[in-house]
Amino acid sequence: MTNLSVNHLLGIKDLTEEDIQLIFQTADHFKEVINRPIKKVPSLRDITIANIFFENSTRTKLSFELAEKRLSADVVNFSSSNSSVKKGETLLDTVNNILSMKVDMVVMRHSSAGAAHFLSRHINANIVNAGDGTHEHPTQALLDTYSIREQVQDLKGKKVAIIGDILHSRVALSNIYALKKLGAEVMVCGPATLLPKYIGDLGVKISWDVKEALEWCDIANILRIQLERQQLKYFPSLREYSLYYGVNKKLLDSIGKEIIVMHPGPINRGVEISSDVADSKQSIILNQVENGVAIRMAVLYLLAQKRQN
Amino acid sequence: MEKRLILDTDLLQITINRLVEELIENHKDFQDTVLIGLQPRGVFLAQRIQKRLNQRLNKELPLGLLDTTFYRDDFRRRDIPIKANATDIPFLIEDKKVILIDDVLFTGRTVRAALDAMIAFGRPRLVELLAFIDRKYTRDLPIQPDYVGQRVNTIKTQRVLVEWTDQGAENDKIWLVTKEE
Repeated sequence: MTNLSVNHLLGIKDLTEEDIQLIFQTADHFKEVINRPIKKVPSLRDITIANIFFENSTRTKLSFELAEKRLSADVVNFSSSNSSVKKGETLLDTVNNILSMKVDMVVMRHSSAGAAHFLSRHINANIVNAGDGTHEHPTQALLDTYSIREQVQDLKGKKVAIIGDILHSRVALSNIYALKKLGAEVMVCGPATLLPKYIGDLGVKISWDVKEALEWCDIANILRIQLERQQLKYFPSLREYSLYYGVNKKLLDSIGKEIIVMHPGPINRGVEISSDVADSKQSIILNQVENGVAIRMAVLYLLAQKRQN
Repeated sequence: MEKRLILDTDLLQITINRLVEELIENHKDFQDTVLIGLQPRGVFLAQRIQKRLNQRLNKELPLGLLDTTFYRDDFRRRDIPIKANATDIPFLIEDKKVILIDDVLFTGRTVRAALDAMIAFGRPRLVELLAFIDRKYTRDLPIQPDYVGQRVNTIKTQRVLVEWTDQGAENDKIWLVTKEE
């Protein structure tokens, strides 16, 4: 297969296993490119990409911008905090205004689930979802599974535990879709208040005991407590969460096997993960960040290939 | 579909030997010279040439593989999307004499992309082009080879098919294929 089955990257749910493998193979080549003395290729030099971020972001925005620049695209950046959105402009008007300036692709983050889907039905640029509310974050899931693949070669039959705030996480849902499509087994683990009610319908195991999850898994993907999304109190205190669900060296040592530790960032050190784990040899957190650029280059390149001239 | 044999196994080997002698004539002991085969199909020829040169000079010459996919100017204009191949250049090309090797020279676009791609690895002192089959009168760009195995008159609708035993073919052969109208 040499082409994606989709024109937009809205979520992992829409991708086939072949799509994911194609993105991985392309990312392998881009990983080689970004380790060269000159890290730039001219593939997208006639493409203009708008990064539209209605929500704060550090690594995703930087990673996309770097990926776009390494493909030689022209890049325009937009963030809602200093824009006309503050004056009451709608999403569609904002984006249509940006597209009138002849933009070919849009990378968008929005706090509402489905915002990227909505946009893809109304404009003809290629849309890449960089996170929509608590729904999906497809490039994160792709870089997570790509990073696992780098460690274990084949994900088939591998056991991955996603630990933490599943309810407010878009990473969790995209990861579950991606891991299942690649043949891995998935368990979600967290306090009952932070597990969505119907999560079991996605074919994942559920645990409320972090030790049980760690004993079961080969790979632990630890998620952040998303305090900014929590209007209610889902657990008594951060200290208590850390006590019951925090992953530290003592806990990892007690399970008697070496598992791979991941975290999509940003890390709350000492809350969901301790520093001695985050910075340990079994942690692949920084590999995830490096792979993020290669994966995003692959996605943008393959979507550009689908553009009609 | 009509297939006409351009080079049979014996003639192909003789041609490789002749090209190797021409290279030695110009590069002598290959002190500052490196070989780069263009992905995907120039690699087999480059490996043959390297092997023969190693025998003749009794030393191991550096051979790199260069993929031009990300440097092509037509990657979104083709009917069939192109898939990238691995680039593997485990040596410095800064100030080196580079011999680019490809099996068929057609429009010249691959070579143009290859020149661009190669610059990402450094600034060579000199670049030469070796093409096994030079398809005459089909060039889109002003690119000509320095070393040629055979020149062939073709029209755009014809295709040069190169078969290597390394790829699973029974014998090394080069064909000119004409599609039926």
